[in-house]
Amino acid sequence: MSNVDQKVPFTEAVEAFDPLLGFEVHVELSTKSKMFCACPTEFGAEPNTQVCPVCLGLPGSMPVVNQDAIESTIKIGLALNCKIAESSRFARKNYFYPDMPKDYQISQYDEPICYDGYLDVEVPLEDGTKKSVRVEIERVHMEEDTGKLTHAGGATGRIQGADYSIVDYNRAGVPLIEIVTKVVPDTGALAPEVGRAYVTQLRDLVRGLKVSDVRMEQGSLRCDANVSLMPAGTSEWGTRTETKNVNSFKSVEQAIRSEIERQAAVLQSGGKVVQETRHYQETSGTTTSGREKTDAEDYRYFPEPDLVPVEPSAEWIEELRAGLPEAPAKRVARLQEAWGLSDFDMQSVVNAGALDVVEETVAAGVDQAAARKWWLGELARRANEQGVEIDQVGVTPADVAGIVALIDEGKINDKLAREVIDGVASGEGTPAEVVEARGLGVVSDDGPLIEAIDQALADNPDVVEKLREGNMQPVGVIIGAVMKATRGQADAGRARELIIERLG
Amino acid sequence: MTSETGNTLDVAAVARLAELARISLSDEELQRYSGQLDQILHSVDKVGEVAADDVVPMSHPQPLVNVTRPDVNKPCVDREEVLRQAPAVEDDRFRVPQILGEE
Amino acid sequence: MSESAISLNTELIKSSASALAAAIAHREISSREVTDAHLDRIEQVDEQVHAFLHVDAEGARAQADAVDAKVAAGDELPPLAGVPVGLKDVFTQRGIPTTAGSRILEGWRPPYDATVTTKLKGSGAVILGKTNMDEFAMGSSTEHSGYGPTRNPWDLDRIPGGSGGGSAAALAAFEAPLTVGTDTGGSIRQPASVTGTVGTKPTYGSVSRFGLIALASSLDQGGPCGRNVADTALLHQALAGHDERDSTSWAGEYPDVVAAAAKRDVKGMKIGLVKELSGEGYQAGVSQRFDEAVKVLTDLGAEVVEVSCPHFDYALAAYYLILPSEASSNLARFDGMRFGLREGDDGNHTVEQVMGLTRDAGFGDEAKRRIILGTYALSSGYYDAYYGQAQKVRTLIAQDFAAAFDQVDVLVSPTAPTTAFKLGEKLDDPVAMYLNDVATIPVNLAGNCAMSLPIGLAPEDGLPVGLQIMAPSFADDRLYNVGGAVESALVDSWGHDLISEVPAL
Ligand SMILES: [Zn+2]
Repeated sequence: MSNVDQKVPFTEAVEAFDPLLGFEVHVELSTKSKMFCACPTEFGAEPNTQVCPVCLGLPGSMPVVNQDAIESTIKIGLALNCKIAESSRFARKNYFYPDMPKDYQISQYDEPICYDGYLDVEVPLEDGTKKSVRVEIERVHMEEDTGKLTHAGGATGRIQGADYSIVDYNRAGVPLIEIVTKVVPDTGALAPEVGRAYVTQLRDLVRGLKVSDVRMEQGSLRCDANVSLMPAGTSEWGTRTETKNVNSFKSVEQAIRSEIERQAAVLQSGGKVVQETRHYQETSGTTTSGREKTDAEDYRYFPEPDLVPVEPSAEWIEELRAGLPEAPAKRVARLQEAWGLSDFDMQSVVNAGALDVVEETVAAGVDQAAARKWWLGELARRANEQGVEIDQVGVTPADVAGIVALIDEGKINDKLAREVIDGVASGEGTPAEVVEARGLGVVSDDGPLIEAIDQALADNPDVVEKLREGNMQPVGVIIGAVMKATRGQADAGRARELIIERLG
Repeated sequence: MTSETGNTLDVAAVARLAELARISLSDEELQRYSGQLDQILHSVDKVGEVAADDVVPMSHPQPLVNVTRPDVNKPCVDREEVLRQAPAVEDDRFRVPQILGEE
Repeated sequence: MSESAISLNTELIKSSASALAAAIAHREISSREVTDAHLDRIEQVDEQVHAFLHVDAEGARAQADAVDAKVAAGDELPPLAGVPVGLKDVFTQRGIPTTAGSRILEGWRPPYDATVTTKLKGSGAVILGKTNMDEFAMGSSTEHSGYGPTRNPWDLDRIPGGSGGGSAAALAAFEAPLTVGTDTGGSIRQPASVTGTVGTKPTYGSVSRFGLIALASSLDQGGPCGRNVADTALLHQALAGHDERDSTSWAGEYPDVVAAAAKRDVKGMKIGLVKELSGEGYQAGVSQRFDEAVKVLTDLGAEVVEVSCPHFDYALAAYYLILPSEASSNLARFDGMRFGLREGDDGNHTVEQVMGLTRDAGFGDEAKRRIILGTYALSSGYYDAYYGQAQKVRTLIAQDFAAAFDQVDVLVSPTAPTTAFKLGEKLDDPVAMYLNDVATIPVNLAGNCAMSLPIGLAPEDGLPVGLQIMAPSFADDRLYNVGGAVESALVDSWGHDLISEVPAL
């Protein structure tokens, strides 16, 4: 790509123009079977092993709708304060592409299942406060995912310059939910943060419903961000672009920022913004023009004749509504108050995806500070290392409660607790069982401890002198030596008590 | 021939539609189909004569709603049996020609 | 082959399906003998008729032997045990070439059975092979088959109707006692009419479409073809039933059509003549035989009245918008990527070009014309005027039927406006070809059911004429009751059945 896009500095851009945002978020549902057939949806299976005549689009095959996919979609709609359509239909979106087995996608067009909702997004401000922005939801509808193309023969593995491509249809037909916002106006300089907050909080909401993994890096949450600019003080909507390939929450923010800067430069130099699909480039933090050839698209939508309308009864909807969990924003506010945390501390829990586990640990009788300490520290580190979610490290809230109890009872210390976690995570049993089996109990008989303390005191006469003068600061040196001598099995609290005793 | 709605299917229109429908028609086919299609269009234009403003369109012959299946897995098709039918295969995947042309 | 064997075989191939099923069940003859007789017949005459695209002699014999083993073991037998059947090539059969009459699917062996195929196997039928058809069931003459036309056994220079010309001709040529067809706008009934055989389009939703290669999803319906009403009922009953793999399949009650075919009692029934399906455009001999059939119904004690279905005049136009629209989408998957033909994959062409070349090479004229027309009717700016408006006309046609069935039990009309025309006669005039279906299309649009049965030969050309009987949705039994009554009265008056007049091949 030869010409680099010109940009106007962000503050300047948002002074001259009011950004208008819009989002199309795709969520892959975590149903057991696909949208229209009984094939599994598991991620990462051998290529073309999770396919059948239906999801391969073989001649004669016919779709049948997954009941759970409809329910999951209605749940998302209800959680987004949407109306649920009395009658909703599937439609065919016709276009040719080799990852789309039937060369049409079964989607919903003019009769989506959920419509007219909103999500109140809390946007964090620089001064530590928050601003509430209402993002209005246009529609939530059901469709099917495409297969996965791998490009071969080119230098880059990208579609450009490839000699040919190969297709795995395992993903074809996996249920996809598309959540489309109305235009989000009046965000001003806060536009990038609003974008990030919306997608983040939408993720939290969907995760709370337990209908999807909503993992951006695995593609089970995908966001297309629409940006256009309106000259400040006017009401003329500009031409919008749609940015795809936005693969993280941070990228949502950066993509919007970059697109505002670019469009402002185009407009200020007297040019016209081209209505197009753009691609976010993770490395440069900018967007580039989509170079894939597309028809002047005419999808020739028409009602899917192989499927009949979905008409959820009022009873069905109320049953689903009754089963909804507490709204994430409400829940966060409630727990924040109960735990007495600052916004910053609470956000750390949310960002670590540790809300559930911390709450459950607290419910098991652990102090919130201790619960947070273990989940956001040692366990978050392990989750991060293993590249898994925090509730997948092999340690449950009940285990953490057990470990904290052992510490409180003085049976183990923090250092030993990490060894106990190792044991629990590798399936050796409960924390108490691991302590027993590995012989990890803290030395509780004072005899060997006193011996070690006396030795440490004898080895450090200068420290002893300071301590005797009432300067307790260097006590750590003695404790350190004691710990070393007992190979970490000493209870630090007890050791400190004994040191003061020995010094008289 | 111009149809009653004033719509026509001339060679250019047929060429555009053939592109949308992914059929590489030859010039001879374009010429021939254009005449025939225009004649067919003229005969089907008759639907426009019916006053049907407040009529509900019928897309299904039987009034069925809410036909779904439970979310359970059933056996998939044998991969080898499917790939055997494919025009080109590589690495257990369907091989397809380059998506973008030379630029 | 000895003289007696020949006459035995002749008897076998001319037997009704019901008689064959009974003879096999009573161990008077083996399914293997019946099957071999039909395979021999196909060998002898199909070069002339070309009713079959693929004959699965090996599979048929294996199935026959399996039935014979069951008979020998004294097992309970399903209704069509051992009876040979031809299957229209639009249904998938695992491992058996399935082309839907198109070159684009040449050599494709599906990895799965259509529900109709499964039901045939379950009912004990012996599937002889796949019958010829217009490409993707688009046509009224079988001349649009990618593999050459089928010929009408009554006159080999004439068309056997379409799209299911193969299924109809196979019956008239005694290559099979039963065949399965599909009817989107008349593809079972019109071939039945021009070959002197019986065919039913069941109520939409009765016969599963799973595994039926779709032409127009909201119109397509599989159904039975036979040489008499009772046989056709037997196959109808075997094919019908709910299927959870077809979302448009009917989960409610189904009428007993076999019992209805035996009832043959029209006394006191009200029968409607559809004003819009007669007169101008109908061949004189067709109208004459139709009038005689109506007289038969009156003589049998039915009350005949004329009814008007004013929107039928728009049926053809609505049909030729809805069908191409749905077809343009249904046929998109034939793109050379996953199965079937691929053209132009030389390393230089793009995927878009290869799809275009494949579809140009693999589809015939009629398929291409209809795909383009459908693409047009669905395209932005034209949808409301064409597809949308056609769907409204469809509602009005359904309302016409509903009003008519408030007054009468069944409606009748000639099945086709003419007898079989000559091969090539209408090939270059699509609009003239479409007029063949003018009387059969309304039923497909409304989704109810209809049957065609032979009512004699037109005096001017000596070719078969069909009577169409139409009934409300899920009142398919009325077709068989009325059809059975007409058939039995006519056969009595002729002293033989019409099919016995077909010239020897
Ligand atoms: Zn599948």
